[in-house]
Amino acid sequence: MSTTSATSATSAQPDLLYSEEEEALRAAVRDLLRDHCDAPGVIARTESDAPHDREAWKALADGMGLAGLLIPEAHGGQGATHREVAVVLEELGRAVAPVPYLTSAVVATEALLSCEAADLLADLATGRRIGALTVALHIAPGAAYKVVRHEDGALHGELTGIADAAVADVLLVPADDGGLYAVDASAATVTPQVSLDLTRPLATVTLDGAPGRLLGDAEPAVRRALLAGAGLLASEQLGLAEWALTETVRYLKERKQFNRPVGGFQALKHRLAQLWLEVVNLRAAARNAADALARDEDTAVAVAVAQAYAAPVAVHAAEEALQLHGGIGMTWEHPIHLCLKRAKADSIAYGTAGAHRGALAELVDLQAP
Amino acid sequence: MTDAPELRRRTAELLAAYPPATTDRLDFLRARFDAGLAWVHYPEGLGGLGAPRSLQAVVDAELEAAGAPDNDPRRIGIGLGMAAPTILAYGTEEQKRQYLRPLWTGEEVWCQLFSEPGAGSDLAALGTRAVREGDGDWVVNGQKVWTSSAHLARWAILIARTDPDVPKHQGITYFICDMTDPGVDVRPLRQVTGEAEFNEVFLTDVRIPDARRLGDIGDGWRVAQTTLNNERVAIGGMRLPREGGMIGPVSKTWRERPELRTHDLHQRLLKLWVEAETARLTAERLRQQLVAGQPGPEGAGMKLAFAHLNQEISGLEVELRGEEGLLYDDWTMRRPELVDFVGRDAGYRYLRSKGNSVEGGTTEVLLNIVAERVLGLPAEPRTDKDVAWKDLAR
Repeated sequence: MSTTSATSATSAQPDLLYSEEEEALRAAVRDLLRDHCDAPGVIARTESDAPHDREAWKALADGMGLAGLLIPEAHGGQGATHREVAVVLEELGRAVAPVPYLTSAVVATEALLSCEAADLLADLATGRRIGALTVALHIAPGAAYKVVRHEDGALHGELTGIADAAVADVLLVPADDGGLYAVDASAATVTPQVSLDLTRPLATVTLDGAPGRLLGDAEPAVRRALLAGAGLLASEQLGLAEWALTETVRYLKERKQFNRPVGGFQALKHRLAQLWLEVVNLRAAARNAADALARDEDTAVAVAVAQAYAAPVAVHAAEEALQLHGGIGMTWEHPIHLCLKRAKADSIAYGTAGAHRGALAELVDLQAP
Repeated sequence: MTDAPELRRRTAELLAAYPPATTDRLDFLRARFDAGLAWVHYPEGLGGLGAPRSLQAVVDAELEAAGAPDNDPRRIGIGLGMAAPTILAYGTEEQKRQYLRPLWTGEEVWCQLFSEPGAGSDLAALGTRAVREGDGDWVVNGQKVWTSSAHLARWAILIARTDPDVPKHQGITYFICDMTDPGVDVRPLRQVTGEAEFNEVFLTDVRIPDARRLGDIGDGWRVAQTTLNNERVAIGGMRLPREGGMIGPVSKTWRERPELRTHDLHQRLLKLWVEAETARLTAERLRQQLVAGQPGPEGAGMKLAFAHLNQEISGLEVELRGEEGLLYDDWTMRRPELVDFVGRDAGYRYLRSKGNSVEGGTTEVLLNIVAERVLGLPAEPRTDKDVAWKDLAR
């Protein structure tokens, strides 16, 4: 571990702003989600047989080509960077959109990029096929993960907590021989688990002698995939927190009690101002992580900082939104619970804040006793 | 339009005429002012060339490379950051010519006589009275507080009440006060740290000629806004490296003193390290926004964030030091010219940073400002707007 990374300046300053193109991308995604992912529709869908919104996915992937942002043009992608992906995730977070973007277009894609699996990359780039890495959602970038048994050319085992596996067409499965295998979803048994966050549902994947195609080494692929997933999750959390703050401020200007807008009470003004400050800081941390991933520089520290900061802020924003909305915030009808459940699930996804602080202790040489 | 090559040419001319190695420091600074290279965005004849403010960096880099002396800006911060922009905006031609040159060269130190014991967050309620003798001088009586550099200052910017019969914002007038007047009594104000960075200033029948009034009679509150807005610009906006703030010393202690480590302190330290790094990134993002010409409201939050961090981090550091945390380096009453956060021990940092959430706007007032100006939430109910100053509750 580097002991100088904490104090030595990085060779180039991160670009923490949004470019004009990135703002245009944001506007386009927001428009699309306004049409496809309105809150009543998302709430209704969560209890249906098809919690994922395939139409929204098709529009994002097929219509706008966003599933292939991280994939080079040579493999049928857009050849963009993590910075653009982060902007898409901010908007998906705002809408709590039930699409497998983070899991397929980021995590599975990064694993395939690590293995240089050209044909699968081409499939995922168009969004015609959806990929899922079968590492449980709560696993941090540096943590141990469960593998399946590779025996006589077939895979055996049961894996739990696999996000978006229910809509995946291809599963990327780490096995006990150190390999990462591509398994057609039709060869596996995927059983939905009743999940806290119904917009990113988990499933159990059971392999009972399923045929798999060896893609490459699992270890670097999984590490790279989880690091990118954790780093870009911060942008989704930023979108969640920003939505919660904006909605709460809007509501408190309208809602009147004691003959005045509730938002005029100083106790509430201070809470919202404090939340705004947290969102402002989260934006800087999330942009820094996205930029670090894009430049492949200072990545481990930038991701750990962003995740250690983002998770509590997104949860705090959602919890404040519920409390400050009063009774209406407690109803199934109001979208706050979508935001709260996603924020809480996100605080565990790809490692808790505590796990990322633990990683930082090593990275910046602030060792445990 | 004065551009960068032109500024380099003029800087080279100055350096040729006044070689820093053989020129007296003050002579050099005066010559630099007269060449318009002091603050290039100021008008010609007043130390500038009417050039874009961003080009100052060109001049500063050339002069630094040539080993030229500077005007020790930290020592004269109030003059440079607050008095000068106000004099430039509201001063008469004569006032600008008289005050700006010695202000910039540091020959004359300035201080600020704004806050009073009875007027802190509610500065406009100030009660120091200025009464005019016919058409002649103003006679000032009152007490000011939290005045840094008052014991070094030649001049002060002063706001005083000239009409108690109108609402508080309307009856204030802005003056330049001669700190050598016999009616000015400067007393050190000892703080919780043991030292006296600041002063109390008692004003007893201080005579101020009307020629030292800045702006119109009764317009002092508006003039003071120029001063205070510049104070907010001066706070923040620095570029910090990672661990550049108060998190630096405590991280260093943690690395060098493994015997002090506990699990509880470890978790708290890591949390604060993350917060400090995030606040640093926010400050950097704000800087990038300013450079790109898209200033955001983030600046309003930076002081809040750093006040909180400084207090939490220094508090943790005292606790981390355990037995040593029970000691203090020096309680001797001193009057430091500069505040030095890192030159002293953790206990000092802990005590001094308590002021960070009070000075330059309390955290509570700043949270109101964010809520109202950034989030657009309703303003606090006002019961003082239409009441004559003399009838306010006190």
